[in-house]
Amino acid sequence: MSPETLDAILERYDRNPAQLIPILQDVQAEENYLPREALEAISEKLDIPLVRIYSVATFYKAFSLEPRGKHIIQVCMGTACHVRGAPRILDKMVRDLGVQPGATTKDMEFTLETVNCLGACALGPIVVVDGEYHGQMTSPKWDKIYKTLKKAEG
Amino acid sequence: MGLATCGIAAGGDRVYTALEAAIRERGLDVRLAKVGCIGYCREEPLVNIQIPGKPLVILHRVTEEDTAAILDAVADGDVPREKALCQIDTWDPLVGDPLTFGIGFKDIPRYEEIPYFAPQKKIVLRDAGLTNPEDIEEYIAVGGYRALHKALTQMTPEAVIDEVIASGLRGRGGAGFPTGMKWNFTKKEKSLQKYIICNADEGDPGAYMNRNEMESDPHMILEGMLIGAYAIGAREGIIYVRSEYPLAIERLTKAMDEARAHGLLGKDIFGSGFSFELTLAEGAGAFVCGEETALIASIEGKTGRPRPRPPFPAQKGLWGMPTNINNVETWTNIPVIIQKGGGWFAGIGAEKNSGTKVYSLVGEVDRVGLVEVPLGTPIQTLVYDIGNGGIDGREIKAVQTGGPSGGCIPASLFDTPMDYEHLTAVGSIMGSGGVVVMDETTSMVDTARFFIGFTNEESCGKCVPCREGLKHMLMILDKILSGKATQSDLDLLKELSGIIKKTSLCGLGQTAPNPVLTTLKYFKNEYDAYLKGAK
Repeated sequence: MSPETLDAILERYDRNPAQLIPILQDVQAEENYLPREALEAISEKLDIPLVRIYSVATFYKAFSLEPRGKHIIQVCMGTACHVRGAPRILDKMVRDLGVQPGATTKDMEFTLETVNCLGACALGPIVVVDGEYHGQMTSPKWDKIYKTLKKAEG
Repeated sequence: MGLATCGIAAGGDRVYTALEAAIRERGLDVRLAKVGCIGYCREEPLVNIQIPGKPLVILHRVTEEDTAAILDAVADGDVPREKALCQIDTWDPLVGDPLTFGIGFKDIPRYEEIPYFAPQKKIVLRDAGLTNPEDIEEYIAVGGYRALHKALTQMTPEAVIDEVIASGLRGRGGAGFPTGMKWNFTKKEKSLQKYIICNADEGDPGAYMNRNEMESDPHMILEGMLIGAYAIGAREGIIYVRSEYPLAIERLTKAMDEARAHGLLGKDIFGSGFSFELTLAEGAGAFVCGEETALIASIEGKTGRPRPRPPFPAQKGLWGMPTNINNVETWTNIPVIIQKGGGWFAGIGAEKNSGTKVYSLVGEVDRVGLVEVPLGTPIQTLVYDIGNGGIDGREIKAVQTGGPSGGCIPASLFDTPMDYEHLTAVGSIMGSGGVVVMDETTSMVDTARFFIGFTNEESCGKCVPCREGLKHMLMILDKILSGKATQSDLDLLKELSGIIKKTSLCGLGQTAPNPVLTTLKYFKNEYDAYLKGAK
């Protein structure tokens, strides 16, 4: 992350250390994850101990310390989705992608994530691909989505 | 066009785009607008057609292919009958003048005749699915901000609190603490700075009423908070929203901008001398942040770990200042209480449980969606009358209420009235209002394991009973599910549950064993069937 981009983010929050969480959210929105250098720079510029930044960055599920893939696949694991078979869908994705939830494929194409509840329970199981919601997910439906995404990389 | 997150996920945005293009192409005198969600999720995408002088007609299960038929009919002053769900001729927005749409379409069933809607009573969701949440003018047109005007120009802060106390409103976040009393705690503190917070960190899996309240009627939350701030004496407020709800964040931000532009946020509102500023803080994916002290820590930029109380947030909250926190749905109830009076509100619901509650009726139930009924409505009304029982006629076994802190209630207890006390008496809680239906195909042991897996992962790790205890409960449940457990494991599971409940620091640990305890109580046979040598 360029020093200018980081400075712009810090300025947005008046360089206020209390705004650490939104600052980290903006860094992640920019970089797709939280690069170590960015965290060190924030620590220095806002005079926050690095250990505190890491404690926040590792506590909240939304933050990733590892680079994430080009496509982010989120599987809702809320109660309603669970009852309707989300674990089976997730198992299939783990097999297809060859990564566990929270991990990224070696080619940096896909990151598989689970979320607690997206609040679209009536349409469960829900899967969000790059911000787009797909309701009533089934194995054949996922096969189609996966194929389309792979073809786009083609 | 109904466009909340669920409507969009059901394909509503594609229908919207198709309608938009077709209207432009045909050069029709039709205004296309977004509305929120009326809550009948199973029938989505929903489209409302409003022809001057005719009733409002709700079309259901609309796809892009239907756009031509819809516009053909509308051009003739008609609606496509085969897509019509129901009609609404008049509607009472409670705080404003009743709306009269018109008469006609005798062959289309009335809203009140639809079994899904008939038992419902809409107070919180009275505008949801009928007005455009991205247009403050529409909120004002249905009586919005009249209650704020009344409070600021005709009532003292004390009178506002008295009205809320008289209404009997209790916290809708789950604990059910009387709202008026809670406001008084913060009001009484002597301090130059006080804060109010809207807790929109709706973390219970299976609960999404707050999401819809924010997406469908954001101004109602703003108005409730403004009235509360005036009563309590706060000049600053924060809405804390979980990051998993991007559309809610977008619509709240827009609502705040519009309110500011209309002079409803900022300095000297309605020339009353009262000033109030509101900001939005985004969560970052931590269930425990729904707990008040953890939520405050998160706003302060720290890890969201709860701390022991006292001091309560009313004494020392955000930045050490007196702070009042209420749930989204609690705030949305305030304008109608001020406009119609506490006595009116207290007349709805049950003993010590006034008003309505919004439930998300989900899981293995035929008609899924968001349902608003008076407190005290029996579970069976929700599950059978509104929900129409199981999918494909399957038998319903239990409902799980209150999220991970709640319990599983068996079908034999479905005559239980849904209010704070009765749900606690059967071992569950009201919580935020999630009702997950389970049918004969659901394993209750697996369900209990699901919840302990959830709370174990979301435990912040600060206190030992929760951090270590839940981990061990999970190990025992896995042992049971793998068929290797014995009776002594069940005994240990029960004992451990009791200890975690009694000794945990915050509500997360104190309630986490509930799903296990209720399933052990009501579905012991399912546990027994997994025991070693049972098969």
